Amino acid sequence: SSRRLLSLLPQLGRAGALRASEHACSAGLLLFSRAFADDASLKKTVLYDFHVANGGKMVPFAGWSMPIQYKDSIMESTTFCRKNASLFDVSHMCGLTLKGKDAVRFLEGLVVGDIAGLKDGTGSLSVFTNEQGGIIDDTVITKVNGDQIYVVVNAGCRDKDLAHLDKHLQAAKSKGLDVSLTLHDDRSLLALQGPAAHEVLGALASGVDLKTMYFSDFKTFDVAGIPCWVTRTGYTGEDGFEISVPSSQAVALAEKLTANDRVRLAGLGPRDSLRLEAGLCLYGNDLNETLTPVEAGLAWTIGKRRREAFDFLGGDIIKKQIAEGVSKRRVGFVSSGAPARQHSVVSTTDGKVVGEVTSGAFSPCLKKNIAMGYVEKDFAKPGTQLKVEVRGKQNDAVVTKMPFVPTPYYKRPEPAKK
Amino acid sequence: MALRVFGTFALGKLGLQAQVMQAAGVTAAYAYSTVVQGYKYAKSHEWAKVHGDTATVGISDHAQSQLGDVVFVELPDVGKVVKQGETFGVVESVKAASDVYSPVSGEVVEVNQALVDKPGTVNTSPFEEGWIIKVKLSNKGELAALLDADAYAAECEKH
Repeated sequence: SSRRLLSLLPQLGRAGALRASEHACSAGLLLFSRAFADDASLKKTVLYDFHVANGGKMVPFAGWSMPIQYKDSIMESTTFCRKNASLFDVSHMCGLTLKGKDAVRFLEGLVVGDIAGLKDGTGSLSVFTNEQGGIIDDTVITKVNGDQIYVVVNAGCRDKDLAHLDKHLQAAKSKGLDVSLTLHDDRSLLALQGPAAHEVLGALASGVDLKTMYFSDFKTFDVAGIPCWVTRTGYTGEDGFEISVPSSQAVALAEKLTANDRVRLAGLGPRDSLRLEAGLCLYGNDLNETLTPVEAGLAWTIGKRRREAFDFLGGDIIKKQIAEGVSKRRVGFVSSGAPARQHSVVSTTDGKVVGEVTSGAFSPCLKKNIAMGYVEKDFAKPGTQLKVEVRGKQNDAVVTKMPFVPTPYYKRPEPAKK
Repeated sequence: MALRVFGTFALGKLGLQAQVMQAAGVTAAYAYSTVVQGYKYAKSHEWAKVHGDTATVGISDHAQSQLGDVVFVELPDVGKVVKQGETFGVVESVKAASDVYSPVSGEVVEVNQALVDKPGTVNTSPFEEGWIIKVKLSNKGELAALLDADAYAAECEKH
């Protein structure tokens, strides 16, 4: 198949995944017919001009025009983040709040997490499931308080998720439940990630001691005089913060943050490398509606309390999977030769097909090929020698535990055990 | 060998020549790529340096800067017959794998093994150490179909 140049601009998958295997393009590069992805049909975050002014190379992603990188190469940007702090514009993601006495109960019907059990001001990764137990989307859910839950979902799943929520909201309201949904389209989301993130944010924050703000904690405080909602979380494996700011002040905030020498802007290119190194899933590649959280290695998101009633969509199927096991599992790989990419076929050394790669890339930090994918359960043990097929060649691959890099999340110290 | 710069939309590190151009007051809105006088170029951004009956082949500075960091180069076997305009290998960057088209026809007599351990050489030295294959030419007449440095630079500048 001819791999034409313009596919160097990552095409959007269902969930806006950067599908590297589909980007194979001819080095017979036609040049970009437009310097920037300024297609009028693409949405822009309020930081669009800021990105362009800072050397951002804009590409289409999930219906938005987003920077894939700036002046640094993707490799440099990735390694920089793990040593300093990188600032990502993730305003394309969809933030919303569920409010009401029954908000927690309502949400628990749709996600696998123990939302009731979350302490006020803390959050967790979770998944929305469908009737088959498949994953509709992954999401970070934060319980602001008993009547208020802040939810962030993927840009590529926005329409699907909102339709799903709306359908169930109507049903809930008709039963007299007290729950409402507010979309935060007037807010922007910036992610500050890396070992220097707390120091950079601390220099601009007021009314908070970041030393007592732990991984997954949520607090509202001023950053550079701008009132923000901040969660100590991210998508890089590093310590970091996702900062929700009124869009009218997002550029001002970004300028204040990037004024610090330890901060550089980073785009979707390094974002993808960082998350893969950290073993984090990308919806559309590693997760989809046909995969359950058990198969995806996300059973830990199913709260202990939820494993009694399994009272969420697809709960019966997931209950069965936990009891009986699953036939395939998500694993990590390290491989030789050309990097394995999404859809690379995984086989035993005898040539029997046992799985498929769902994400893969050359790791800028580890300087080797890393990937994640699904294999039949008998081949899921770390150390298992397999083969991945890349452009007709069978390359050696070994099942590897994830994360591939250390992930120094700023976790709350465990209480001393007696 | 003379170097010339032209303006285009390139993403990679600025070469020394480009930094000189910038210092000379050219706008910094675009980064600059270099071309080498005396090389022949395909519109598909490969170059050929002809010496007698052989040509050395690689990809241009513009191509490497568009691709970003090269992480893997798929080299053909020595002895492989290549044809002008047909693929002979792949240059893979962090995000994409790109076919490379041979600007000349003939037989591959050498491949740049150094790229196995250091694929990034394609980025840092696209016209010299980052060469990819050497071809014993079977049809020197086909060289006329290639562009000279100025024509190639003009092609790039069009977009």
